[in-house]
Parts: sequence; structure tokens; C-alpha cells
Amino acid sequence: MSVKSESIQSKKDSGQDERLKKISPLRVLLNRPELGALGGSILVFIFFGIVAGDTGMFSAYGTLNFLDVSANLGIIAIAAAMLMIGGEFDLSIGSMIGFAGICIAIPAIYWGWPLWTSIIFAFAMAVLIGYFNGIMVVKTGLPSFIVTLAMLFILRGATLAITRLITGRTQVPGLRVLIEDDPIAWLFATDTFQWLFTWLGSMKLIALRTDGTPLATGIPPSVIWFIALTLFATWILMKTRYGNWIFASGGDKVGATNVGVPVGRVKISLFIGTAVASTIFACIQVLDAGSADTMRGTLKELEAIAAAVVGGCLLTGGYGSAIGAALGAIIFGTVSMGIFYTDVDTDWFKVFLGAMMLIAVVFNNYIRKKVTETK
Amino acid sequence: MSEYLVQFNNISKFFGKVIALKDVTMKLKKGEIMCLLGDNGAGKSTLIKTLAGVHKPDEGEIIFEDQKIVFDSPRDALDIGIGTVYQDLALVSLMSVTRNFFMGREPQKGLPFFRTFDIEKANTIAAERMGQIGIDVRDPSQAVGTMSGGERQCLAISRAIYFGAKVLVLDEPTSALGVHQASMVLKYIVKAASQGLAVILITHNVHHAYPVGNSFTVLNRGKSMGTFQKKDISREKLLSMMAGGEELDKLEVELKEMDRIENN
Repeated sequence: MSVKSESIQSKKDSGQDERLKKISPLRVLLNRPELGALGGSILVFIFFGIVAGDTGMFSAYGTLNFLDVSANLGIIAIAAAMLMIGGEFDLSIGSMIGFAGICIAIPAIYWGWPLWTSIIFAFAMAVLIGYFNGIMVVKTGLPSFIVTLAMLFILRGATLAITRLITGRTQVPGLRVLIEDDPIAWLFATDTFQWLFTWLGSMKLIALRTDGTPLATGIPPSVIWFIALTLFATWILMKTRYGNWIFASGGDKVGATNVGVPVGRVKISLFIGTAVASTIFACIQVLDAGSADTMRGTLKELEAIAAAVVGGCLLTGGYGSAIGAALGAIIFGTVSMGIFYTDVDTDWFKVFLGAMMLIAVVFNNYIRKKVTETK
Repeated sequence: MSEYLVQFNNISKFFGKVIALKDVTMKLKKGEIMCLLGDNGAGKSTLIKTLAGVHKPDEGEIIFEDQKIVFDSPRDALDIGIGTVYQDLALVSLMSVTRNFFMGREPQKGLPFFRTFDIEKANTIAAERMGQIGIDVRDPSQAVGTMSGGERQCLAISRAIYFGAKVLVLDEPTSALGVHQASMVLKYIVKAASQGLAVILITHNVHHAYPVGNSFTVLNRGKSMGTFQKKDISREKLLSMMAGGEELDKLEVELKEMDRIENN
């Protein structure tokens, strides 16, 4: 008897609750939304490592190539994931990309604005459109699916109509010459760590062109934006009050309102977030290509949502992670580029994308039940 | 200073032509549990929402600590210390105990623009508060969905108290619970009252209300049928008032009458 009480006493002294079972790291990982995406990306890399390991896919040039594609998708997928955690959808992401593109190109080329002012103009338009999406959803109580589907058509149509009206065409080229010496454009158009790649080239560690410059010139801006946004979004979701409000707004709108969470404001800001992310995407692509195309970004909204879902976001809101969405984007980016290095016909990519999403949804549903199960 | 912590005097609320509440008066002292009883459609929900600041009363006044109060929003009611726990509890089952406990009022630390949610502090407080009511939260980062119904109810009440409720308005806290869980919640309510809170317990279950209540207000078709101290009224009397006992008595007489006619 005395022995027993002593042992309990000693446990209490050590500051440990004796009823608290030691949770294995595996169990902690199982409760994280990004688990599926992490497993998926490891599988994808193992697969291509075996199938395409010796084809140049994983050379510096090849790696940057699939990272660039992943990063571009990732930028919008992270914003889409945050909005989904907040309980809403944005189907106008793709159209917003096209619209932002011409917001940059037309003022710069046809109206003689300095490039940086047209970039700021594009971001201002994004904030306005995101705000409009948000206020429509919050004030009318209509499903965001419908509101943003309408915006998908409105923006794409307006992009096409305005561009044709002003330029008589559907593409606006000629931006490349404006990038140099612009105070803002470099943010979206400069490869970083060029010195590193030059050095690696001089050491003959990476592939060179015939003139001796390295094939891969530096880390593309998309990758830097992608990493920065992933960290920023994760910090917001996990470490800030606003992050808690996002989870609460998506998890239970009425409950969150009743305890004083400004649900409307949270949702509106998240819609602005997706529109701004689309504009970052547009800046990078338009400045890289040197031209704006009215059809740019078509169907990107669905890819972004797919990446978010593969990353563990629930369609019903209140659950998910930015890292998960980033991994989802990496899976899609890697497969879409990797497939070129294999003997598989590229037509199969979409089949893979769909199958991946189905598996993810089934898996996520199972995890959600696990998480909320009474133990 | 009057002996009452909060008084609701002659509260009326109309929705168009519908009289949802008419001249309802309730007075509560510190440490008192008043049970608000009524059948479906008696106006309980409207009354709660009026107390919580969701609806503005069309007539009547609310006096809190001797001051006349007008609520413009639920936030105002919270700020002066009327904490309402709705039937849906305002808990998000996918979120952790801690994140739910501090939802909307997260403690922060750090410099402006880099302020973070002080999750360690929040975890400690949540676990401590839940411990005080005898709920052993093994891990405050576990999802609320893993808790039992009674535990969730206690979490919601505990949250309201932690954030400064002096008057606790509880909407059907035991309606969805089994006997054991219900008694756990009721015990906690008594404990809260003994610490000086005034509690308004809304329920249609006399068996849950009678053991814990000090006084009983019966609501019927938007009107108060009076407030009774426990010593003045029996459980059976309450039950029959709530169910519209007179109507049932009348029905019984009518049935007997029909019976008599048929037999003749």
C-alpha cells in the first residue's frame, strides 16, 4: 500500500501526469493533415528515381524545371488551401491570373505606364476583386462555389473583351524590354543564387551550354515565392490569432461568430489572399514569357484546389495545412514534368491527377473520423 | 445596491404581429440558480437571445448591478459579464481543446505585427481550468471531437466563466445527454453558482431542473406564469404547469363526458 502511494507520488513530483500516455512520434504525425501528401511525395520521388533516375530529370536543370512548375502551382494552392480551411472555395483563381496578366501588360505597353505602376495596379485590382468575392459570399450567404463560378466567367470574358477592344488581339507581347531597371519587376523576374550556379558550372559540377555558361542559371523567382509563402502561411495558421480564426470560421461559422470571431472579415481577407496569390502567379509568368495571354491560367483553379485536397484540406473546411498544399503542388508539378522523362504518354497525366485526388479524399475522410472519434 | 445582481423587468419582444414575449420579469441574486421552464414554442429561445444581446427587447429594461443596460450586440452582453452557452456550444470538433477554449480571445505575445498566439500559456490555462472541474484533459491539443457530450458542455461553461461571466445563461445544457453525463454537468453548474455566479438554466426537463434550482420561472406562450421559490412549489406542480396542466385536466373531463354519453 505504502509502496503504491509512493510510486504515484514520485510520478507527480516528476511533473508528469501518470495518466498521460506517451504518444509516439508516429501517432503525432498521423494526426497531421499533411501526412498523406508527405507519403505521396516520397512515393513519387522513389518512382521517378527508379524509372527516370538516369535521364537527367534530377540534374540541376531538370530539378529546377519541375520545381518551377510545382512552385507556380504551389503559390496559388497555398492561398486556395487557406481559403478552404476558412470554409470557402475560389473558382475564379484561373480567370484572375489571366485578368491580372492584362492589367500588367496593357497599361505598360499601350498606355505608357512604367512597368512597376502597372504591377501595383494589377495588385490593387486583385484586392478589389477578392474583396468583392468575399463581400458577396459573406453578405448574401450564397455558396462561394456559385459566386466565384460567376466570377470565373465574368473575369475571363472581361479579359478577352477588354484586350481585344484595346489591342485588337488576344495577346500582348513586348514586356521583356521593360523589365530591366524596373524597381519592382525584379521581384518576379530574377533568378537568385546565380553566383552559386556560375561557380558550380565553373567546377564542372552541373551541365554547361556550349558557350560555357551553366544550363541552369539560378533559382527561379517562383521557387523563392513558393518557399516564402509556405512559411508565411504556416506561421499564420499555426502561430497567430488570425490563424485560429481561420480554422474556427471554417469549422463552425455560427459557433465562431457566437464567441466573437469576426468570421466575415476573416473570409473576405482570405478571398483577397487567393486573388493576390493569382496576381503573383501572373506577374511571374507574364514577366517570364514577356507577354500576357488572355487564356493564361485556364483551369488553374481546379489544379490549386486539387493540390490543396491532396495536401489534406477538407472540402467542408476547418481542417488542413499550408505545408500539405505545398506538398500537393510538388506532387503534381513533379509528375507533370517527370512524365516527359518516362516512356509513358503524357496524356496519362490527367488520369493520374484525378486518381490521386480521389485517393486523397478517401484518405482524408478516414483521417477526419479518426481525429474526431471519441476515444 | 439592490440585492439582485441582474434584473429583467417586463421584457417584451415582438416579431411583426407575433408576440414572442410579453412582460417577462426575472430577478437573480448572486449564487442563485434560476430554472427557466417551458414547453416548445414557449418563447425560451427568444428570451435567451434577448438576454444574450442578439435581440433588443421592444419593451422593458435590463438592470445589471443597479445600472440600466442596453445591448447593441452579443459582444456587449459578454463584455459586462452575461455569458451565454448555446445549445450548439460554439465548439469546433476538429479543433483542439485549447484552440476552442480561447477561440476569439486568444492570448498573444510578441511585438506588434509579429504577435503570436501564446499557445503554451493557452494550453496550461485550458488544462488547469478543465482539471478544476474534474475533467482530465490528457492532452490539450487533442480535438474536441474526441470528448464526450458532457465534457464538451463543461468545456463551454468553463470557457464562459474564465472569460468573466457573472451571469451564466445555459440553453438546454442536459438535453442531449445521458443520465450520468447530465448529472456531471448539473454538479458543475451547482459548483459554479456556489462561487457566486448567477445562473439561468433553460430546460424543459423538470427532473434535471428541480434538484439544482433555487427558483423556477415558467414560461407559457410568451408569458411568464410566475417565479416560484423551491419551497413554494412541488415537482409535480411544476410539471403540470409546464405541460399546460389545466388544459389536460379539461381534456380529461371532456373525455369522461363523451364516455358517459356513449354509455347511455
